Amino acid sequence: MNKILEKSFITSDVFTMKVESPYIARKRKAGQFIILRTCDKGERIPLTIADANGKEGWIELIVQVVGKTTKELSMMEPGDSLCDLVGPLGRPTHIKDYGTVLIVGGGIGIAPSHPIAQAMKAAGNRVVSILGGRTKELVIMEDKMRAASDRVLITTDDGSYGMKGMVTDGIQKLIDDGVNIDLVVAIGPPVMMKFVSLLTKKYEIPTLVSLNTIMVDGTGMCGACRVSVGGETKFVCVDGPEFDGHSVDFDEMMKRQRMYEEQEKESVDRMGS
Amino acid sequence: MDEKNLTPKERLKIPPQEMPEQDAAERIHNVDEVPYGFTAEMAKAEAMRCLQCKKAPCVAGCPVEIDIPAFISLILEGKFRESINKIKETNILPAVCGRVCPQEEQCQKTCIVGKSLKDTQKAVQIGKLERFAADWEMERGEAEVPKINPPTGKRVAIVGSGPAGLTVAADVRREGHEVTIFEALHKPGGVLIYGIPEFRLPKRIVVREVENLEKMGVELKRNMVIGKVFTVDELFEEGYDTVFVGTGAGLPMFMRIPGENLNGVYSANEYLTRANLMQAYSFPETDTPIARSKNVAVFGGGNVAMDSARTALRLGAENVYLVYRRSRTEMPARIEEVHHAEEEGVQFRLLQNPIRLIGDDDGWIKQVECIKMELGEPDQSGRRRPVPIEGSEFKLDVDACIVAIGNSSNPLVPDTTPDIDTNKWGNIIADEETLKTSKKGVFAGGDIVLGAATVILAMGQGRKAAVAINEYLRTGEW
Repeated sequence: MNKILEKSFITSDVFTMKVESPYIARKRKAGQFIILRTCDKGERIPLTIADANGKEGWIELIVQVVGKTTKELSMMEPGDSLCDLVGPLGRPTHIKDYGTVLIVGGGIGIAPSHPIAQAMKAAGNRVVSILGGRTKELVIMEDKMRAASDRVLITTDDGSYGMKGMVTDGIQKLIDDGVNIDLVVAIGPPVMMKFVSLLTKKYEIPTLVSLNTIMVDGTGMCGACRVSVGGETKFVCVDGPEFDGHSVDFDEMMKRQRMYEEQEKESVDRMGS
Repeated sequence: MDEKNLTPKERLKIPPQEMPEQDAAERIHNVDEVPYGFTAEMAKAEAMRCLQCKKAPCVAGCPVEIDIPAFISLILEGKFRESINKIKETNILPAVCGRVCPQEEQCQKTCIVGKSLKDTQKAVQIGKLERFAADWEMERGEAEVPKINPPTGKRVAIVGSGPAGLTVAADVRREGHEVTIFEALHKPGGVLIYGIPEFRLPKRIVVREVENLEKMGVELKRNMVIGKVFTVDELFEEGYDTVFVGTGAGLPMFMRIPGENLNGVYSANEYLTRANLMQAYSFPETDTPIARSKNVAVFGGGNVAMDSARTALRLGAENVYLVYRRSRTEMPARIEEVHHAEEEGVQFRLLQNPIRLIGDDDGWIKQVECIKMELGEPDQSGRRRPVPIEGSEFKLDVDACIVAIGNSSNPLVPDTTPDIDTNKWGNIIADEETLKTSKKGVFAGGDIVLGAATVILAMGQGRKAAVAINEYLRTGEW
């Protein structure tokens, strides 16, 4: 159960992993996530399902090493089993023919944006994708995104690949070029999603963001993942993970993300010893 | 002294046996169980206090009608194995119930000894005796596996491994049906594992009870969220003949006051789940963190509030304030929990209510503004309604708050099974006697039907549902 089938690194700290999971693979839709534990003393962490194959019975996770659990996960090998795996959780992305959908993936956010790009294209949308990274190395999955999109724009902070600038600069360029965008789906670091939303709000372009808050049970039982959307409290695990980017209180969300910084650092430091 | 032939008057003179407990100052530094449990001598002495009433009102006071005088009489005779077997005829989780039932509202309330002595606190300590018998059996490790009828070929899916689901599993399995429990979390037990703390209900007890079920042939599937990986309809498509929904009251209620999303503000569910299920009290040996707070305010007055407050103390808090808007007499918590909390140093701030939570620039709670209350006329619950006293606002310095004001039914199964009717609070509507829902083949019981209630009430509904399920599977008539 929950056996790791494949694992490989795609950058120095981003890896992809295929896990045997027939029930989840069969049921899962784009936008949904899983929660896993690497070991019996482990914490529960949410990770988006990057891809899945119902017939072959596996799901794919694309993970960035950020703390103890992701580090432990990165060291597991094919043949190892995850201690716990549960899903598919969250509401699927609402896929329909919007017209032209702009997918904006920032860094590791490109991974969860891929299945959404695929589904949107399959639904008849024209899909334009912006892939953003700090440097060329961090712009992941370019080939896969090109296959899923009608047009791809790449931005790097340092200009080492594609256009020099941030994803917001890429969006501005498209708007300036007269591209008509019906929906933006932005996934990436919270600060990126915040600024994308501020930009698209100016042009009144509907924008969906996918939030990655801290979670514990993932089934709506505890409220650890709560965010303010339009002044109301919502649970990312059951009401989300996608929300209207123009209504999300990103500042509050970013503060809540930092709640366990001290303990997270302690766990990582202990690993070293 | 001839134990059997004491007169009632002599029995009434025997004082209640005092339960040996961990010292309060010491026990806030560990999560070990607080009451140690009766010794055999103490159990027999307590059993001697029972008047063996012919029309024992204690039995009617018990939600599952355990034959209380019978099991107590067996303890008195030193027949401990027979005593636990007698209890288990009606209650499959005596080690749990003996510890967590609000006996002072149930069997001990109606006890004639307590009434004669004009003090329910002086009733026969039925709960402690139940615990004694259960622990005696557990220590010897030889719980008898009940006889299972030959296979019927019928399959029952149980959603949720809390007290309701576990009870249904045992009673239905005994009939020879194939039983599979689907549990959303990675450990079974429901509130028994995530809600009730280690120092009130050691988890090894829950593990043991689930193992006993597995020995009976019940299949337990963890990490399966019904409503997500399978809907109830899909369970029928997979070949299950009937489904029991025991998904509980896992939806936290927040106060909807400003500042509730500040860092350090927890629902009691989250706080307790981190501490109990995820063992955050052992961080960093275990990976799940929990706020390291010095001054904690807990809002609420029930068992969950007591549990949260006492957990906060054990996690190193110096000041734990229990802020409750009504007075002592209205507190719904078990008397023993209130008593233990007070002994441990929880500071009760009664007739006070939070109005807003104030944070610092980093989004951390730093103060809670409260207002004093006074009691006015009774409301629908029969309790006097608390009314704010104008101008009495004040602030408490805190670095964490735990909102323990109640839970409502988890909406996942009703939301994904539209033909299961619910009431306006989201509870599944189920027939009182059969626990049948509006959907053919689907039964429900426990907190999902009652709203947040107790372990024993969930078990009581589980028993009734099992009877009805067995009948339905036998006759095919809905």
